[in-house]
Amino acid sequence: MEKQPSGMENVTSYAQEKDKKEPLFRLIKRDVLPKRKIVLIYAIAIVASLLLSSVICSLFSSKNPVAFFVALFDGALGSSRRIWLLLQDTALLLGVAVALVPAFKMKFWNLGGNGQILVGALAAISCMFYLGGKMPDALLIPLMVVASILAGAVWGVLPAIFKALFGTNESLFTLMLNYIAAGLVSMFITIWVKSGSGVLVPIEHGNFPELFGSKYLLTVLVFFALAALMYVYLKYTKHGYEIAVVGDSPNTAKYIGIDVKRVIIRTMIISGALAGVVGLFLAGNIHHTVSTATANNMGFTAIMATWLAAFNPLVMMGTCFFIIFISRGMVEVRGSFNFTNDSIANIVIGLVYFCVIACSFFITYKVVFRKSGARVAKRNRTKGEER
Amino acid sequence: MEKQTVIELRNITKRFGASVIANNNVSMDVKRGEILSVLGENGCGKTTLMNMLAGIYYPDEGKIIINGEEASIRSPKDAFRYNIGMIHQHFKLVDVFTAAENIVLGTGEGEKYDLKSAKTRILAMSEKYGFHIDLDKKVHEMSVSEKQTVEIIKVLYRGADVLILDEPTAVLTPQEITRLFDVLRAMREDGKSVLIITHKLNEVMEISDRVAVLRKGEHIATVNTADTTEKELADMMVGQKVTLNIDRPLPVDPELRLSVESLTLIGTEGKPVLDGISFGAYGGEILGIAGIAGSGQRELLESIAGLHHLESGTVTYFNPKKDKPITFYHKSYERVMELAHEGMLRYADGRDFTGKDEYGKSLSKKTVKALVNAGEIFFKEDEVINLREKTPLQIRELGVRFSFVPEDRLGMGLVGNMDITDNMMLRSYRRGKSVFVDRKAPEELANEIIASLQVVTPDTHTPVRRLSGGNVQKVLVGREIAAGPKVLMAAYPVRGLDINSSYTIYNLLTEQKKSGVAVVFVGEDLDVLLALCDRIMVIAGGKVMGTVDARTAKKEEIGLMMTGAAPAES
Repeated sequence: MEKQPSGMENVTSYAQEKDKKEPLFRLIKRDVLPKRKIVLIYAIAIVASLLLSSVICSLFSSKNPVAFFVALFDGALGSSRRIWLLLQDTALLLGVAVALVPAFKMKFWNLGGNGQILVGALAAISCMFYLGGKMPDALLIPLMVVASILAGAVWGVLPAIFKALFGTNESLFTLMLNYIAAGLVSMFITIWVKSGSGVLVPIEHGNFPELFGSKYLLTVLVFFALAALMYVYLKYTKHGYEIAVVGDSPNTAKYIGIDVKRVIIRTMIISGALAGVVGLFLAGNIHHTVSTATANNMGFTAIMATWLAAFNPLVMMGTCFFIIFISRGMVEVRGSFNFTNDSIANIVIGLVYFCVIACSFFITYKVVFRKSGARVAKRNRTKGEER
Repeated sequence: MEKQTVIELRNITKRFGASVIANNNVSMDVKRGEILSVLGENGCGKTTLMNMLAGIYYPDEGKIIINGEEASIRSPKDAFRYNIGMIHQHFKLVDVFTAAENIVLGTGEGEKYDLKSAKTRILAMSEKYGFHIDLDKKVHEMSVSEKQTVEIIKVLYRGADVLILDEPTAVLTPQEITRLFDVLRAMREDGKSVLIITHKLNEVMEISDRVAVLRKGEHIATVNTADTTEKELADMMVGQKVTLNIDRPLPVDPELRLSVESLTLIGTEGKPVLDGISFGAYGGEILGIAGIAGSGQRELLESIAGLHHLESGTVTYFNPKKDKPITFYHKSYERVMELAHEGMLRYADGRDFTGKDEYGKSLSKKTVKALVNAGEIFFKEDEVINLREKTPLQIRELGVRFSFVPEDRLGMGLVGNMDITDNMMLRSYRRGKSVFVDRKAPEELANEIIASLQVVTPDTHTPVRRLSGGNVQKVLVGREIAAGPKVLMAAYPVRGLDINSSYTIYNLLTEQKKSGVAVVFVGEDLDVLLALCDRIMVIAGGKVMGTVDARTAKKEEIGLMMTGAAPAES
């Protein structure tokens, strides 16, 4: 090896770093894990994150970690009203997730859930404001339904048309439409509210009737039913099949003769319209008014719910419940731990999300650590040879 | 004289997941100043093994000994410290950089960036080994062969003494291969060790000193090339006796099925990708299309399949329908009426069928349907269908029985995340009026294809991306053939397939040819093209250079035409 000009010294000095023989840890891609194990990993992540959260919270207050869990469950399930609110909020978030999921399955990143909810709510409130009292509710409510669906659909289809015809980036487009929707809401409130308070008092016309004496039940039933329907739509219909093909491989879709533009536009009409329905319920059944905060950021929270559920509408029922459970529970924790602002609650929610998302890493990969010290490694290797 | 051993692999094992053992207890060595072929079928673990030398993977068990010292190669950077460099199958170059910039990229830690002196060094090296390279040319303007040259120089520039080339000849013309081999020999004379990963037996025989054969992750043997034969190597590689002959019957009454006239397609950069291409494909023959990768083969097939907007030219399909009854199986009601108005149809007794009764009144949809279903309506002549400017869906609705196996199987042709059943459905899911998809028939088809083509898969519900390359291709080809095509176009259908799978595909194509299908086969291996096809059309730079008889043509002749140098006389 005399002819080696450079590099040789490097090699020898390098080889002397004995303890660096093997990398500290390596990642090995797993085979597909059985469902039971996946559920177990998620469960561990959730429990671990909550334990960690309880410790953090008790560090910042005089209460103990057990009190954290008491408050958490009390906030979410402490009274029948709290349980109903938990279910209602879950249903609403599920509604938004159901709206987003066909678009996401098509890899159309609809970040405009908030805007689509808002215009849906605004359309319903407009009907209530202008026509309330002038016609019976039995006529007004169907009108609101149509108006909200149309408004949401328009808000959804606009970016779809631009994406299909000009290849515009849908994420930015839908995001921008959120601001326009909020602007529209402010504008109408300014027009409607003469007092200048900027708050539209709840309108008494066009309120949805109670179902079996419960004002929550209708919302819960509608959105859980929509989720089930969406599951069927995506899994068993020709439309759903086309959405999957377009999302997974646009070139294959073209090759097979699927009209990609049509599918994009059609799916976003559905996506927007469903978000509009959530707006309808917020306006007609829950708040009876509208503000720029009506969407309560569900357009973004729901993204989380769809991803965690791997775009399966049935699993989304669970992820939505989980997200709402944590956030409602944390409201109570915040109260009973005497936290004066939202930050710690938000940190905890963030921590839980982080753990849940991070654990998906362990579902895909296995981490193999270096066997401690070179000697052990050597011993193992010789053993391997003997075998 | 015994050559010095540079690298020793001792009992190397590498697993992916619990079930996949890519390399099992492999021991072999590399000597100084030799060309060693690493031979094996696809998926036998040759690339994985080499990747462990190059620092891409780390072995689970076993050790690598370099120059007598145990080595730990944890990254490509480590590999370079041991003077090992790998040229990957997919080049890793920065497109907008020049050759020289790509070569110096990432070298010389802490040194001043001095392109000028680097160039001088590169030029000296090029001269020594006989490279032809323009150092100021940008990578995106280069041919595949030039890019490969840059990759090789890049590795040499980093001081590599052991070069690993992964399937280096796959994308080269015969002339370019000759040039590459000259360079490799020059390196061997200089004392470098060259490892070539390949599954092409003829090249192994031509270039290498020794051959290491891998099969299913295990090292079968390392033999001196001089002491072996192609046949023996093939047997070692496959593990059973294989016949290397492709059955090629003479075409029986070839009939013009597809005619392409002066087809021109402008690419996204405003330059013609296809420039006035004309040819005919005949039923009962296999038309081969040869050319350097990227000469327009892909675009040509995609244009015919209706995936591009053509600048000019015609694509015509001849449907052999004369005196045959028209059916709704491949034609829509609307198409039947269109043909009736064009005067293409007749009743069984010879009277014209125009879609009207004797008083000139239009027949009702029900009556027409009843007549067609009863088999009372016949074609007067062969149906001539213009395919220009038709979408794939329209083409199918016209009753054109076209099948197309595209080059990029998972990017176009199949949906990787879907299971085999759902992929079968791609062609047929629209059938019927129901809003729901019917998975029963596709499932049966999936099972049929799995059984008849011996697709290795746990079940029909495995996503196709998790199948191996050969099995993915079987699924695709199986589906396209199941559609009962009259014209079957296949782009690189055996790319990345092992010998056995390749021969399955060749046999399938020949079967189709025998049953009267016009087969268009785009291939890259000239030996295969010459053995499989009846005629071979050579294209270069989007132009037809000539068409030759595959039974008499010489490989060198085609190779020359592929470079666009001299069109054939025929």
